[in-house]
Order: sequence, then structure tokens, then C-alpha cells
Amino acid sequence: MTVWVEVDLCSGCKRCVRECPYGAVEMKEGKAQVQDRCTSCGACLQVCKEKALQTDVKPREIPEFSDRKGVWVFAEQREAQLNKVSLELLGKAQELGAALNQSVSALLLGDGVAGLAGTLMEYGAETVYLVEHKGLKDFRTNSYTKAIEDLVKKYKPNILLMGATHVGRDLAPRVSRRVEVGLTADCTELSIDPTEGILLQTRPAFGGNVMATIANRYSRPQMATVRPGVMEAARKPGAKGKVIKQEASLTEDEIGTRVLELVKERKKRANLSEAKVIVAGGRGVGDAGGFKILEELASALGGELAGTRVAVEEGWIPPDRQVGQTGQSVRPEVYIACGISGAIQHRAGMMNARYIIAVNKDPRAPIFQVADWGIVGDLHEVVPEMIQQFKKA
Amino acid sequence: MKIIVLVKQVPNTAEVKLDPKTGNLIREGIESIINPDDRHALEAAARLKEVAGGKVTVLSMGPPQAIDAVSEAMGMGADEGILLTDRAFAGADTWATSSTLGKAVETIGAFDVILCGRQAIDGDTAQIGPQVADYLKIPQVTYVFGIEEIKEKSLVVKRRLEDGFERVECDLPALLTVIGEMNTPRYPLVNRLIDACREKAPLKIWNAADIGVQTRDIGLEGSLTHVIKTFAPKLQRQIEMIQGDAKTAVKTLAGKLKEKKLL
Repeated sequence: MTVWVEVDLCSGCKRCVRECPYGAVEMKEGKAQVQDRCTSCGACLQVCKEKALQTDVKPREIPEFSDRKGVWVFAEQREAQLNKVSLELLGKAQELGAALNQSVSALLLGDGVAGLAGTLMEYGAETVYLVEHKGLKDFRTNSYTKAIEDLVKKYKPNILLMGATHVGRDLAPRVSRRVEVGLTADCTELSIDPTEGILLQTRPAFGGNVMATIANRYSRPQMATVRPGVMEAARKPGAKGKVIKQEASLTEDEIGTRVLELVKERKKRANLSEAKVIVAGGRGVGDAGGFKILEELASALGGELAGTRVAVEEGWIPPDRQVGQTGQSVRPEVYIACGISGAIQHRAGMMNARYIIAVNKDPRAPIFQVADWGIVGDLHEVVPEMIQQFKKA
Repeated sequence: MKIIVLVKQVPNTAEVKLDPKTGNLIREGIESIINPDDRHALEAAARLKEVAGGKVTVLSMGPPQAIDAVSEAMGMGADEGILLTDRAFAGADTWATSSTLGKAVETIGAFDVILCGRQAIDGDTAQIGPQVADYLKIPQVTYVFGIEEIKEKSLVVKRRLEDGFERVECDLPALLTVIGEMNTPRYPLVNRLIDACREKAPLKIWNAADIGVQTRDIGLEGSLTHVIKTFAPKLQRQIEMIQGDAKTAVKTLAGKLKEKKLL
């Protein structure tokens, strides 16, 4: 199984170099050369006009999936409280459903949670599959996996989405393995390919340095998880739907885990995902004292304080206030970035803000490339001025 | 207690740069490290062994140079190491990877606990742990940051949630994925590192035939998802630079915010 270059045919156009998702084609003396890290994926073969790239890999047959219909969203709840990410996913599911002309459904699992079905319908679920059982009261991987496995096998959906939460990231891979399908984690963009009709799943890779679009051609449902705060909920007041109840057969033996205690520490954790205004600082803030001023601005605007990974590592802000690839994704109305250079890892977490204001001493800082308004200046002068003037406004 | 630790060698993504002209990843000269979460899994395994006795086996899959990660893991306390390496494993998605690792664990034989990091910094998927657990049909607990109690047939662990944590009892054998909060990993000991590099070191290298997997089930061929395109994250906004000293600039900005009804 290899891909090779017929050197005499190669025109040196570099199309294959650009196309290779793995960076495995390099130019050597004006000719393309396939490197060891080539995975024989075949992406280069299609773009080579000279037919210089050749392979002995047989094209893989795509199975027939025309009976697979419907866009499903796992409705995450705890103690009968829906997680906001599920409503956001229903918003996206409405778009995907419209593009495919397929219906949107929610999976509601738990014990005494039937009352949530109405909310799911208002946010776009035409059908709510309801599974109630004592064994589903707490989230436990095996009981939830079993219930979803039964539903998937019975109703054969086309797409299944879950939030990339601590529950979703535990459950989705387990379900994907159980129902024998591929899974794409932490997507930031989902769309339907207009020609093939498949789900295009785009996500950051290599610490956010690269975006990759992934397809799931060989199995159904096409499964993906999406981080909270990335998609937008779309409420349809008064919308109604139907509830389909499903029995669950679960024994404690096969579940294998028991939740002994649930401890909430809500007071200590910042809620950045709900904040309308976020004032964030990076290395340029200089010290913890600098963050005091940012905090003052945040509270003047009724917002929350946040920061970059550097700010967390320096101990200027607690880890739960970190925005970025390894922190949280946020989408406030206004994001004020102070002394943040704008490393791609940070941008990955705040690009979905409606308006971005950047304050930085360095006019070449990359943060200015993603901002709506920029002020080149010392934040220690600009921020106090903001506090004063915004308070008056 | 028989403990298996799954470890991945990854490029240090904090150092990854893009070629500004082509938008491609610059791969040369990037240091390879043991995935940070996996270090915490190795530390957890070493401590579990200190309390409960037994043996720690480290299992990794990767190119031949990933042997460095296995040796380093042995330096941190693992008793034996296994590296799965074969051209046929290349290009695997998490489905094919979990099939390969699952089959390798079956080849190792009986175990009580599998420990692994929550996620690897090159892919950030957090899928391998749960998928291996499902392959092996054993219970899993993810986001573990503490082991409270070791019983004969179960463990009591603490699992991190977004707004707190839960205490979970988990029947053995089981798979746990751990997070950085769990512990502070020890440094590898020099004498252990040297031992791991000796010819007689308990270090095995297995290929696809050694674990009895078919090429159609592994690597790119056995994968269910495929990367169809990669690109540099795009910039979407049109910046408006606001001129003047701090006072003037903020005044102009306040006007713009009021216009948009943001103030």
C-alpha cells in the first residue's frame, strides 16, 4: 500500500503539496517526493493533472446508507436541568436537518425527566425519544451507552451530535465504539456537503494550529461532539413535537459503576460561557495588580474577568478563567483583549465573540487581525480611561 | 494488582509553528514528548503499585522512535514496556487505534486496571480511553483526579465535573482516564533509564502479526473517519484602528459602542 511519484511526469506544480492533509509531500529538486509519513489517503491523486502520482491502493467502496435518516441530538441533563450545549446543538441540527430535508430529534435519558421534552421541542426537536429508568438517574457510561445503542439500532439515524462536556466526552466515544461508527471530537463547524450529502466536521488540531475537516463516509450515524458555546440555540416559541417512549433493560451488574456522591463547587467556578462581556488579559498585563484593574473594568460593564494560558501559569488568574484551546470557548457580545498578543491557541477560544476590542502596545500583534476595533497603546493608561468613560456612559 | 498504562508520544504542540507563506505545519525540529496527561497516568500507576503491589506494564503505539517514550515511562517506574509499531498502523483514526490497542491488551493477558491520560495534545479527542474500554467490555471512569479507596473488586475514584466532582465506585477490571489535577509526575530515575536501554531490558516491540490483527481493521484502511482537508484558521474580521491618545481613543470607542447599543 503505497503512493509514489513518476518523476518524469511531475511538472513541479506543487498542487499535491498543498492538498496533502498530512504534509507528507515535499518538493525535492523541483519534483514532488512522498515522505514516510504518507498514509496513502489518496488526497494528492485527485489534484495531480499530470497523473504523476500513482498508487496501488484500491479505492474503498462506500456502503449504501439511504435508509439512514434524521439528525439526533443527545439532550444532556443532570438533576432534570438541561445543559445549554444541547439547546445549542438543536440549533445547529435544525440547519443540518433543513439541508438534508430530514427531521431533528432529541434523546432524553434519565429518571423523571419527561417534563424537559417541551423545552427540547421549543428549541427544534420534532421528536423526543424518551428513556426513563431508575438506572439512568445518574449519568453512568454503561447505562447511557446501552440505552442509546438500543435507540440507534431501532431507529437508524443519519447524524448523532453530543456536547463536548465531561459527560459527552465520556459517552460519545463509548457509544461510537458500541454502534461501530467513527466519531469526530470537539467540532467548531458542521455543515452538509452539497454533492455527497455527508456531514463535514471541522475541528482544530495540533493545539489549534491547524483546522481539519473530517468526513465519516463509511459508517452511520455520523457522530460528532461540539464544545459548549460554539453553536447558537434557535428557539421556536410554541413549537410542538411528539414523544416516543422507549423501554430500557438495565441491570446493575452490567453497568459496573455507582455514583456515591455528587459534590457541587459552583461558587468557585467562573461562568464565562454565559457572560455578555468578557475582559481578558495576557502577558502584557504584567502582574496580578494589572488584573485588578481589568477586573474593575469587567465589573463596571457587568462582565467577567478572563485570561490567557500565560496569565494562568503566572498565577494571575485561576484556571477556570482561562479562555482558549486548553481553556474555555466563549461567545460574549463584547470581548476586550488587553495585553494579549493573540496566539492561535487563545484565538480558538474567543473568535466567536460578537465584537472584539484589542488593546496592545505592539501594532503588529496578531490579535489586531481578529479584532473589530483596535487601540495601540499602554493598557495601564487605556483601561483606567475605559473604566472612567464607560461608567459615565 | 496488574496495571497497564497507555502512553502516546506526541509532538510538543506548544512549539508548533505554521509556515506563514504556505500555511502548512512546520514539522522539522519539533521535540517529541510523552503526552502530558499520560505522565499523570504513569505517576498514578506507580503510586497504585506502591500501595497495592503488583506490576506496571506500559503500552504505546507509534513510529519506531516512540521507543523513547516507552523507555522514559520505564524510568518513571513501569516494570515492562511494549511498543506497537508497524507501517500498517499508520494513519489510524481513533476507531482503528482503539482496535489495535484493545487487541494488544488482550495479547498481554489478564489485568486489573488500565490507566491513560484523558487526551493527547496533538489530537485532543479524549476518545481512545473510552473506546478501548468498550472494546474490552470493561467499565470506565474519565476525568479521574483521585483514587480514594482500593477494594478487592472495585475502586472508589473522584471524577471531575465542570461544576464540582463526583465520587464513583467502579468494578474491576476497569479503565480510568486521568487529568493533570491528579498528581505531580515524578522525574525518571537515571539508573532506571539506563536499565530500560539495556539489551536485556523487559521491552518488547510488537507488529501487526504479533497481536493478530488484519490490515483491513487497522491503520488508514481500518479507519472510519478521514481527514479530507486541512487549512490554517482563517481571520474573518475587518479591523478598525482607533487613533489618538488614551483619552481620545477611548472616547471614540465609547461612541462606536453606543452606536451598536453595546453601552
